[in-house]
Amino acid sequence: MFSKIFNILIHTVADLHRGEKGIIEELSFDEIPLALMEMGCIPGKELTLIQFSPLKDPLYIHVNGSHFAIRRETAERIILVKRLCDEL
Amino acid sequence: MSSKKLNVVLVGNPNTGKTSIFNQLTGLTQKVGNYPGITVDKKQGSCKLSDGTDVIITDLPGTYSINPTSLDESIVLETLLNNESKDYPDLVVVVAEVENIKRNLLLFTQVKDLKIPAILVVNMADQMERKGISLDIPTLEQTLRTKIVLTSARRKEGIDEIKNAIINYKKYDTSSLFKISEKINQAYFDEIQASLRGFSLYKSWLLITQEKHVSFISEASKRIIDKFKIDQEKLKKYQHKETIYRYKYINDVLKKTYSIDRSKGNDLRSRLDKVLTHRVFGYAIFVSILLLMFQSVFDWASLPMDYIDLFFSNLSVWTKEMLPNGVLFDLISEGIIPGVGGIIIFIPQIAILFMFVAVLEETGYMSRVVFLMDKIMRRFGMSGKSVIPLISGTACAIPAIMATRNIGGWKDRLITILVTPFTTCSARLPVYAIIIALIIPEGRVLGVFSLQGLVLMALYVLGFASAIISAFILNSILKVDSKNFFIVEMPNYKLPSVKNILLDVLEKTKAFVLGAGKIILAISIVLWFLASNGSSDFKNAESIVAENPVNKKYSQEELENAIASYKLESSYIGMMGKIIEPAISPLGYDWKIGIALISSFAAREVFVGTLSTIYSVGSEDEGTIKQRMAAEINPATGEKRFNLPAGMSLLVFYAFALQCMGTLAIVKRETKSWKWPMLQLFGMGLLAYVSALITFAILK
Repeated sequence: MFSKIFNILIHTVADLHRGEKGIIEELSFDEIPLALMEMGCIPGKELTLIQFSPLKDPLYIHVNGSHFAIRRETAERIILVKRLCDEL
Repeated sequence: MSSKKLNVVLVGNPNTGKTSIFNQLTGLTQKVGNYPGITVDKKQGSCKLSDGTDVIITDLPGTYSINPTSLDESIVLETLLNNESKDYPDLVVVVAEVENIKRNLLLFTQVKDLKIPAILVVNMADQMERKGISLDIPTLEQTLRTKIVLTSARRKEGIDEIKNAIINYKKYDTSSLFKISEKINQAYFDEIQASLRGFSLYKSWLLITQEKHVSFISEASKRIIDKFKIDQEKLKKYQHKETIYRYKYINDVLKKTYSIDRSKGNDLRSRLDKVLTHRVFGYAIFVSILLLMFQSVFDWASLPMDYIDLFFSNLSVWTKEMLPNGVLFDLISEGIIPGVGGIIIFIPQIAILFMFVAVLEETGYMSRVVFLMDKIMRRFGMSGKSVIPLISGTACAIPAIMATRNIGGWKDRLITILVTPFTTCSARLPVYAIIIALIIPEGRVLGVFSLQGLVLMALYVLGFASAIISAFILNSILKVDSKNFFIVEMPNYKLPSVKNILLDVLEKTKAFVLGAGKIILAISIVLWFLASNGSSDFKNAESIVAENPVNKKYSQEELENAIASYKLESSYIGMMGKIIEPAISPLGYDWKIGIALISSFAAREVFVGTLSTIYSVGSEDEGTIKQRMAAEINPATGEKRFNLPAGMSLLVFYAFALQCMGTLAIVKRETKSWKWPMLQLFGMGLLAYVSALITFAILK
């Protein structure tokens, strides 16, 4: 129950619709994969979800000049800045 | 002019055109070797500079960062850190691409901080105008303290400029760009600096964080490194900080020197992606490409294969006539020439398959296939990246297993390695071809599809299906711990470069022919020896057969045939066939097929050659072998030996059995253990035996 409420409160790459953008707030991994940051996934950077794979996983993203695909499990851990304008 | 050759290494992200630049610099001087102890290909070539200096150029594996995530990438780290190795570079050429320059510069700043002379090549400069990119080279050179060369490797532009830049290798600045200690923790890095003397700070930092990827550290340094490695959390945190600061630095640099008009030139990528990764069209296009690929392998390869076949059978006959009689000459004409011919004949098919795989990779399409297939493949314990080895496996399992190296997780990679030999490789083709021709009538289904073609197609499907099903089973059985992290770059679409493709096909085909050729040559010599020596019956075959009253009525020719088959029966290989006959007769085979099974144990393509020897046909011509095989009668039933049940049973046996020493050897090298190749050998062998047994029992 608690985690459900929690899930509504956080906004991750996995919640984006196709073509939508967001700003990375935090990488919430037990152990952040260095390779992910080295590909350009860095807090403060704008990220675009370009395409879902037909089975909704992996996700094709564009961030910091790089185009690459990550799995949903990874996308769920890339937390985006909550868009205030959506709530107003 | 100095006599010492200059060592230059190419370093860069994948998809930057680094290999194009390597190809333009070195052309046909390329050689592929191995790094000591591991099987990563080491691509080297040479070129001459305008001042006469000879340069050895090494194309290091593509990598996004100096911190490795795979075996291939760790070579880059090792080469750049080990200054005692003879491969240590005098100059590093970092290849970047104009559109992804930001990410490419991350690697450049890392290399620069190692204090090795480094220049930056910005490739695909011809795209700048179309994509609305402008770059202030003088300012960028000044800030990064390096020489920058703009190139368009495919148009051969800028290659001479790279060579001229190499000449001045001693003049380049080797100070580090990025003050890692200031940014992160001055005291901590001062301590590192003080403890590990004689190394640059960044090198020490890499030795501490990447120690497991480096092989050359002395015991004394290792003890110091271990001390710093205790607090892993801290190391990780500092690595992350380092990456963030490097990107911050790069962003600041590029803000002043780089601009891109985003409204231009992105539509090709997005338009193609819309179709190629579409939920219906995406898969439809992928399947069509696979079908086109297999179709071409058969259509385009059949003509050159016929010529090669003809050439070798004529050569064999010709040598037999030209050379004097004698054991050694028999070995040449009956052992070595057909053996070598048996491998050369695969070149057209393998080259075409390699060409397709190279085109799919070069264009950037392969990444889209990985993207489309990942979720599906994951259900079977593999990764989207496993698709590439499984497709290459239709040419040959050996390069396919080497292509599993860029699969991140060990479990995914292991499963892919284990199941790849199920895919129908080109060595199975001649076996399938001759058996299908014997047991399946010609004729068409629905007036379009040839019946024989459909059976062949079904065998391909069987290969893929058994790979997938065994992956599924292995996935639930294998308890292998592996952290898996999936990240696949989606590169820009590119037209394939003919030069790159041809060089790639040439290199891979050469490696295949030389590797497999050695084994096949050895086997054909052993086989020939075993077939031309035997017990005392073998030596007295002429008199035994001639004195047998049953044979009195034979003509001269029939008598010779009877002697030949009696000789075969009493030769060593015939005796081996007889020994295993009880085990294989439930599958519908006799001792002669047993000989073919034994001899093709190490390489399945030997099967046809062996049968041609066994049925004492002088030439390798399939028509005549086929007629001989068709005429064989099973004395127990009075029916044809190669009837539908026995033929199907053989097809199934060859579909499953792992009869390839090369595959076993490469699996041993890649998994560093005999356990996995033995599992494959016995697992697939058992599956082959049982399935053939059931097939024969049902159809009989």
